Amino acid sequence: MRYILRQHELSAEPPAVASPTVSLAELRRDPERWRSQSGPRAVRLTPTDAVEELAAELPFLSVVEVEFPSASDGRGYSQARLLRERLGFRGELRAVGAGVRQDQIFLLARCGFDAFELAAGEDPEAARRALARYDVAYQPGSSLFAVRRQRFRGAGS
Amino acid sequence: MYRYDELDQAFVDQRVAEFRDQTRRYLAGELSEDDFRPLRLRNGLYLQRHAPMLRIAIPYGLLSSRQLRALAAIARRYDRGYGHFTTRQNLQLNWPALADAPQILAELAAVQMHAIQTSGNCVRNVTADHLAGIAPDEIDDPRPYCEIIRQWATLHPEFTYLPRKFKIAVTGSPQDRAASEVHDIGLQLRRDPVDGGIGFTVRVGGGLGRAPVIGQVIREFLPLADLLAYLEAILRVYNRHGRRDNLNKARIKVLVKSLGVARFREQVETEWSLERERAPRLELSEVERVRGCFTPPPYEPLADLDVAAGRAPAFQAWYRYNTRAHRMRGYRAVFVSLKAHGAVPGDMSSQQMETVAELADRYSFGLIRATHTQNLLLADVPQRELHDLWQALAAAGLAMPNIGTLTDMIACPGLDFCSLANAGTIAVARALQQRFDDLDYLYDLGEIEIKMSGCMNACGHHHVGHIGVLGVDKHGEEWYQISIGGSANGFTALGEVLGPSVPQGEVAATIERIVETYRALREPDERFIDTVRRVGLTPFREGAYALHPAAA
Repeated sequence: MRYILRQHELSAEPPAVASPTVSLAELRRDPERWRSQSGPRAVRLTPTDAVEELAAELPFLSVVEVEFPSASDGRGYSQARLLRERLGFRGELRAVGAGVRQDQIFLLARCGFDAFELAAGEDPEAARRALARYDVAYQPGSSLFAVRRQRFRGAGS
Repeated sequence: MYRYDELDQAFVDQRVAEFRDQTRRYLAGELSEDDFRPLRLRNGLYLQRHAPMLRIAIPYGLLSSRQLRALAAIARRYDRGYGHFTTRQNLQLNWPALADAPQILAELAAVQMHAIQTSGNCVRNVTADHLAGIAPDEIDDPRPYCEIIRQWATLHPEFTYLPRKFKIAVTGSPQDRAASEVHDIGLQLRRDPVDGGIGFTVRVGGGLGRAPVIGQVIREFLPLADLLAYLEAILRVYNRHGRRDNLNKARIKVLVKSLGVARFREQVETEWSLERERAPRLELSEVERVRGCFTPPPYEPLADLDVAAGRAPAFQAWYRYNTRAHRMRGYRAVFVSLKAHGAVPGDMSSQQMETVAELADRYSFGLIRATHTQNLLLADVPQRELHDLWQALAAAGLAMPNIGTLTDMIACPGLDFCSLANAGTIAVARALQQRFDDLDYLYDLGEIEIKMSGCMNACGHHHVGHIGVLGVDKHGEEWYQISIGGSANGFTALGEVLGPSVPQGEVAATIERIVETYRALREPDERFIDTVRRVGLTPFREGAYALHPAAA
């Protein structure tokens, strides 16, 4: 199930994208054909994908899925911040994979994810509680998931 | 010292609540050991040979007497009445129960302490020079910058799941006492030659462990305002491109080596220039707020005294070896030796902690420092109080006058406690203490640093010991590889292995033959390490492996 984060609330919603999600490699093989498809588009990034290669396609994308094969693989956090902050992606940023768990969800939200496909067996109620666990942070974070107090500010926050 | 504000306190309290819930889930079987491991490690908790081990952070080594009393009480209540100070200025408890860990963390939070990120693949405790703020040769006090880095690194949303552990050290003096060249990032404080502004020389890719490397400079001068932006750039390049397929090749030093330092620097500088405007800014007001916590204590105007004159030789020896110059007239910095002969290097009982807390209140503005050499330091003691302080420390077994000598050795906990170790360190330390129990002989040998690790992970920094001892497993027996010529103080060098490893019972005798070789070769006033550098390894190799008279 896909959970959407809005105003600090997590709600279950069926995926908005009906057309299949493609990988970055597939997209790069034939970007023209892919762009000509109708309807919302979604791309899935693996941890080794360079998000910069997606820059030209971002305006045509509704969803970027970022894969976390395990909770200890932290590359997706950098991909998310780059997509939101440097490349200005405003669509749905969805964390997917076995590493999307209640113990990571606060960090994921701070990096700009606003949708989560929780790993099998994860309790959405527990994920909701985990999102509310911290109301302070030291670092700047996503404007979609602000905290009550943070120490350091970036230009965008 | 730094005082938590509302944000810091709310954060540690919320962190405790989170870990309480995670521990409950693990004990209830809702969280597997594999899933719990990265969570407990980021809260300082290992599962060791006999019991869990809790590594408590002492940021840049600074403690208040209140905090040291709290540590004493925790060690007494939840452990066996002692703790172990480490080379990274942390305190380890060897026997807590897992179920008690959340409560211990809550009691730490009540005195503005934590165990966050003392383990796991994340940014670890930031370390500094133990003479910070009082060293006569200091450019600036590194501790405010350590504190700022500590906060920036704490539960960083992007950098909490790095390829491997990540260690940062800051030194404030040209004489590097923080071993910054063997850290993932080593920062050396500098003043801009033009405007006098504070900044840092940035080194990257140093580290000990399996493949020791000395860090390389990637930026000669980084202005203070850009500190966090530049750290983010380094961490981002590492988080994205550091290897994750092989634990032994996942440190940043491997990435720096595979790219070459020039290309690594280019990637960092590009990342920095792209993010400079967005990255967390270090506002001057925030720097001033933190600096305000490290203002000098209210020193009295005192004159320097001839403290040792007319005193007993035992006091004179202690004064000479266990105290250091202070930038304020009439004051000295005093080492509390955790290297008494017969004791485990770095270990301290709850009662000793309480004694030192009391002495700190009486003589040193209520502050205590943990050093990376596994001793404590009372930094600001009036010279007129030194004799009384010496008597009190001696009564508590904390005045062994051996700081800087061969028996002031560094040792990791080794096979007796650590599940990674190949060999014990405590038995070797005991054998060395027995063999070198004659103080006159120790003083004659002068400054010699022995650093001992129970395995390749090098927690005991054996690569940078004047004499390094590394435990290895040889067909299930504990053997030791001995190296010489390493150094981390000012001039960083990696030691070279002398020859074949020796069994546990032979280590002390082998080291004695090494130092006897030095005694035979040294020039007047020449230190051990300088003789090694002058004559090279060969004579030491021959000396170390000379056959015993009995076997000849």
